[in-house]
Amino acid sequence: MDRKAFFQSIKSPSVANSFSADGSPQGSEIIGKKPLNRRTNTGTNAYTGTFGKDELMHLLRRTLFGVKLADYNQYKGKTLEQVVDALLNVSSTLPNPPINNYGNLVNDPNVPYGSTWVNAALDPAVEPYRKGSVKSWFWGQMLTQSADIQAKMVLFWHNHFALQFLEIPDARACYVYTKVLYTHALGNFKDLTRAITIDPAMLFYLNGRLNTKKAPDENYARELQELFTLGKGPNSKYTEDDVKAMAKVLTGWSINPLTNPFSTTFLSVNHDSSDKQFSAFYGNTVIKGQTGINAGNTELDDLLTMIFKVDEVALFICRKLYEFFVYYEIDDSVETNVIVPLAKVFRDSGYSIKAVLKTLLMSEHFFDTWNRACVIKDPLTQQVGFCREMELKFPASTDYFLLYQMYQMGMNFGQLTQLNLGDPPNVAGWPAWYQKPLFHRSWINSDTLPKRNQFTDYLLFIGHKVGTYTMIVDPWIFVKKLSNPGKADDLIADCVSHLLPLSLSAAQTASLKEVLLPGGIPDYNWSDEYRAATDPSDPNYKTALSTATVKLQYLLKSIMNLSEYQLS
Amino acid sequence: MKRRSFFKASAAAGTVLPLTLNGMGVKAFEDSPLLRSLGRRSADGKVLVIINLSGGNDGLNTLIPIDQYSNLSKARNNILIPEDKVLPFWDKPAAGLHPKLSGLRDLYNNGMLSAIQAVGYPNPNYSHFRATDIWMSGSDSNENWTTGWMGRYLDGQYTGYPKGYPTAAMPDPLAIQIGQMVSLTFMGPEVNMGMAITDPTSFYNLANGTTDPTPSTPAGNELAFLRLMAQQTNQYATVIKNAAAKGTNKSNKYPTGGRQPLADQLKIVAKLINGGLKTPVYMVSIGGFDTHSEQVDNADHTIGSHATLMQQLGDAIAAFQDDIKLLGLEDRVVGMTFSEFGRRVMSNASNGTDHGAAAPMFVFGKAVQNGVIGANPTIPSTVTVNDNLPMQYDFRQVYASVLTDWFELPAAEVKAAMGGKDFNTLPIFKANKASIEDYVDLVSRISLNQIYPNPAVQNTKISYFTESGHVKLSVFDATGQLVQVLKDEWHGHGTYVVDFELIGLRKGNYYIQLSQGDKRITEVLLVQ
Repeated sequence: MDRKAFFQSIKSPSVANSFSADGSPQGSEIIGKKPLNRRTNTGTNAYTGTFGKDELMHLLRRTLFGVKLADYNQYKGKTLEQVVDALLNVSSTLPNPPINNYGNLVNDPNVPYGSTWVNAALDPAVEPYRKGSVKSWFWGQMLTQSADIQAKMVLFWHNHFALQFLEIPDARACYVYTKVLYTHALGNFKDLTRAITIDPAMLFYLNGRLNTKKAPDENYARELQELFTLGKGPNSKYTEDDVKAMAKVLTGWSINPLTNPFSTTFLSVNHDSSDKQFSAFYGNTVIKGQTGINAGNTELDDLLTMIFKVDEVALFICRKLYEFFVYYEIDDSVETNVIVPLAKVFRDSGYSIKAVLKTLLMSEHFFDTWNRACVIKDPLTQQVGFCREMELKFPASTDYFLLYQMYQMGMNFGQLTQLNLGDPPNVAGWPAWYQKPLFHRSWINSDTLPKRNQFTDYLLFIGHKVGTYTMIVDPWIFVKKLSNPGKADDLIADCVSHLLPLSLSAAQTASLKEVLLPGGIPDYNWSDEYRAATDPSDPNYKTALSTATVKLQYLLKSIMNLSEYQLS
Repeated sequence: MKRRSFFKASAAAGTVLPLTLNGMGVKAFEDSPLLRSLGRRSADGKVLVIINLSGGNDGLNTLIPIDQYSNLSKARNNILIPEDKVLPFWDKPAAGLHPKLSGLRDLYNNGMLSAIQAVGYPNPNYSHFRATDIWMSGSDSNENWTTGWMGRYLDGQYTGYPKGYPTAAMPDPLAIQIGQMVSLTFMGPEVNMGMAITDPTSFYNLANGTTDPTPSTPAGNELAFLRLMAQQTNQYATVIKNAAAKGTNKSNKYPTGGRQPLADQLKIVAKLINGGLKTPVYMVSIGGFDTHSEQVDNADHTIGSHATLMQQLGDAIAAFQDDIKLLGLEDRVVGMTFSEFGRRVMSNASNGTDHGAAAPMFVFGKAVQNGVIGANPTIPSTVTVNDNLPMQYDFRQVYASVLTDWFELPAAEVKAAMGGKDFNTLPIFKANKASIEDYVDLVSRISLNQIYPNPAVQNTKISYFTESGHVKLSVFDATGQLVQVLKDEWHGHGTYVVDFELIGLRKGNYYIQLSQGDKRITEVLLVQ
């Protein structure tokens, strides 16, 4: 498009309507798609430029759900490599499992109120409550993340190996599935793929449990290739016969709903022990048919060895990591200079997730100014991020009913803004992470954007109320940690640099200042107000506290309602 | 304010609640006879444009008491406007306007300006923040109200807003605030009635169908996308854009765009009204009135920062009124200025003035009774640094007049909008029963004959005359605080004398104010 057409398109909202309605390729070429005069040719060489506040914040914004001031302070002053190593050095301890948070609503005869149900017997009467529990808990795990990349990677893998909790008849299986994601989030991709393949929830969700010698079910075999390992790019040339052969390899894997907990089992009687012939795409590999109790494991290992020999696997995963952590546009330069070398690192490391992420997050390409602030936050990053940035105080873990209610509130808002954690729209995950040409933009429409603003407004001004308990942002917690909040210019500059990935225009900054100092009144009015509001011995303490609190609420609201706040 | 209200307010104003356009709102609207009548009126509905002079306007250099010049020159010589430069009212030469307010003077000459002297409230507050809240909420000085006077009015008119809105009968925002976000003025009991534009240029962008420039980077592209979505997301964006496209401006008196924000804002307001928006209230604002220093040029007191503001204010209002006339909207539109406080009588050493109390307000339009309501403020011969003008009229009398005589609200509803308090109206509008002449010719109704001794030490006597009626005799200290009410009762025609004990009073100037109805007269008493 030429410049004239671009400006005309900007002036014509009707174009945007058609764009947002159907996401047509024409639309995506028009809205906000200025033809860019340059592109970047930076690659995976280690970044050697300045590693200052902007760079550290960029790195943290992309790898955490919101950056707490404490997160920033923890990493400030360290080298890039030190920070990346720390971000990738995640705990091997699994989070505490979800608990009975529903004991005041329904009796669970097997699980005391406040104890975990993940090892208790299946009970249809309480199953819906457990499902609610595990979903709220999952959101809570994002919120209570440590300052490393684990939670983001769990979301990445949840989107990649997508299944829907709603479809799984046992909440315990949902929990086991998340355990797999946590265990392997920064581990080995091949191991993760193996674990997911025989994960009870996945066996249920993609019908692996129904895949038998007599009645092969190709569902999982297809998705294993199309969605989980190879993708459907032009170089992903597996055949329909490969799908059939792969389904045969995977026959016999099933789930035992009677076990406690819900677990995977291999029924050799259902296993097809014939040899499986694969196409030239897989080097005409033959997977030798096996019999007996270990047949399933042996053939699965052989199958994964075969798949992971294909170069496309690493390329496909690296593209997805790139779209998740850098930007959704992969042009020829990015493919050549980033994806290909990154995929080589991935393969050479034997599919170490940590190795590939370290290369990506330390690369000159990742820190290229060209690639900053261009990711539209997913709803979790916007909402969990807000709670973390503001250090919103959630109820104590001993108040489990309240705590889970608050997690549920967060989960519900995620759902309203199109990221229903635990329940992606389908096995492909969320369209924002795969659907051309919209990608991240599909998070934003005329319904979700106001709701994103509502979330921040709601927790800033009303708070979420359960019974007599109200959880509301105390703006002072964030503000008092800033360098000089009694000076309006410093307060605004610190808020902006911490909460937004882009600097603001002079007019925007002036507009924020107008919130604190209407009508251009001198700065000392805010300083005086701040001083009185923070000094209980001041005669005007109470009035000043109330006035200053409202001003801070509006200042934060104004920042969070800016379009810039939706970017990372 | 209830937290719920705040949330709804912020959601409805800064962004937008997800409202449905179903028939519910229309039904609720039609259920009320009052609303039906409003609905009937709304086609040629009346509009109020509120102009906020933010920062505290120096009233004494705006509406200047020419007959007080000898004392004014003692109190504020370093900022005083030369007497021969003041623009006197043609029929009342004892008072006049700042030389740069020729726009307002012309309005006066054309019979379209009501100037109200010394508007304030008892026990004034000198904090910008607090005083602004008082003016916007309409509370007493010692009350913290969380709703705004216009919010309460609109809440009474559009019951249930925002649920079900926009409706067929009210498809447009109830109030539009250009400039800063969510004014307390428009805060209703449950929700803010105003649509505020948070981004400084987004309103102009919306009206013009443009977006702010973004950098030519991937981030810039995503930002452009988000901004466009934000614009379209606003539920009222389309109606505003359509009105802006349909409306025109006809006056050639507006200054070049982009230089004078008040004129730019008023120009858009005129365009939107002309374009058919049914929005009954607009608020625009102009800042910079906090003139602690250099409010005048040292060599020429008719120029300087305050003069620039006066020029922008007068010219913007004049252009707007000219436009309104040319657009045939004169019968539908009035404007009103307010500022959170006036400034101190005595100027400071930096050629500026510090926070003060009462100050004039202006109401303009074809519907007003042309004139000056109230007497010139009395300036004492010896003024100390903390001295302020006592109020002659309560700002809520002006609000009550707007609601009663402009929006034709029944008395009970005016009282509700005023938070359950009664305020007498002033003859601001032609619709008012009283004539402005009643308020000008004070001496024939009441008079303060004598205060003796004056100066006084322990006690003094106040002698006054009144026609029969309810009379109030009040004492304000030099800072404008109400000290004592000496009389507040019905009087027969005659002359009265009251003893006033001064024991316990600090030394300094006091204002003795005699009032009957809204007729006031003030004299200075010096306590030694």
